[in-house]
Amino acid sequence: MSDASINSPDFQGQAFESEAQFSDFFALLKPRVMTLVVFTAAVGLLAAPVSVHPFVAFCAILFIAVGGGASGALNMWWDADIDAVMKRTARRPIPAGKVTGDEALGIGLALSGFSVVFLGLASNWFAAGLLAFTIFFYVVIYTMWLKRWTPQNIVIGGAAGAFPPMIGWAVATGGISVESVLMFCLTFMWTPPHFWALALFIRKDYDHAGVPMLTVTHGRRSARNHILVYTVLLAVLAIAMAFTSAGGPVYLAVALVLNAMFVKGAFDIWRRDEDMSEADNFGVEKKFFKLSLLYLFAHFGAILIDAVLTRLGMGIWA
Amino acid sequence: MSLNKQHEIHTRRFGRNLGVGLTLGAFIAIIFGLTVVKVSQGDSEPSRAPAATEATQ
Repeated sequence: MSDASINSPDFQGQAFESEAQFSDFFALLKPRVMTLVVFTAAVGLLAAPVSVHPFVAFCAILFIAVGGGASGALNMWWDADIDAVMKRTARRPIPAGKVTGDEALGIGLALSGFSVVFLGLASNWFAAGLLAFTIFFYVVIYTMWLKRWTPQNIVIGGAAGAFPPMIGWAVATGGISVESVLMFCLTFMWTPPHFWALALFIRKDYDHAGVPMLTVTHGRRSARNHILVYTVLLAVLAIAMAFTSAGGPVYLAVALVLNAMFVKGAFDIWRRDEDMSEADNFGVEKKFFKLSLLYLFAHFGAILIDAVLTRLGMGIWA
Repeated sequence: MSLNKQHEIHTRRFGRNLGVGLTLGAFIAIIFGLTVVKVSQGDSEPSRAPAATEATQ
């Protein structure tokens, strides 16, 4: 279109209600997921035994968040077709017609490069490499390859979401340690029970989109069994974390209480059949899902509290 | 025909342009701040090669 045509009656007569605003481009970055990325990356960074200048720490977390957002934009670009048929995602910017797929691709690629380069410049290239790998893993391995192919998609997707605390730790220390691997394991093992509980009560969405969720491919009984197994393994790892330098008495107390509740919830889900769940409109599954949100937040929050207590000279162990 | 001074597109895209402008401004502030921190910490000095270090001793 030439600039001469912009004042033409035809152009001015068009409806622009669907034109993208800044908030639509921001929504491409999945801000809600970004808050989890920011929080867990910040905990990983602050729990590390090496202190980082506050402004560098702020910038590093910002660049990790932008990298996470970039992978979200690339995920929306690739998954626009299935987002359009799922009620939960139909209002995302691409299926809503606000942003084109090419725009999302451009923003995703540009912000990926930007975040990795600037994280490397602000902190170190090991952390930047880990961020680059996380973006690659989430976009190529999970979104493009395995999400529509295997019912273990949630397990693999969980790995991508579990990297931020490891990156935060690497920003401070320049490497990996038992503590950062356990922080990774915490989110990694938490993701499957969290999403399978959700899939038990919003089953139709995934069926319509043709995404192979465990509940569909292997049956809902199998999903209940998987939730219990993953929750028990998660509890072991979560409690083990208390005895590393990233843990502490606050973390141990939180982990003991929440893991007991979480295993009890998983056991209740395992014990039930579909008739029982239908009878109370999936009350137990919904309660478990809500508890899972608190579970992750409280565990990382407790790591943060213990890290602050240690910095203040009030740490009991390590 | 050129774009009018107060074309409708200016008001329609005001929010979008403001968002981009503020983002760019924040980016400049961050790079400036990082530069100040790196310089004051001495991170910006290139590390000396071992041979050069030995020669000075």
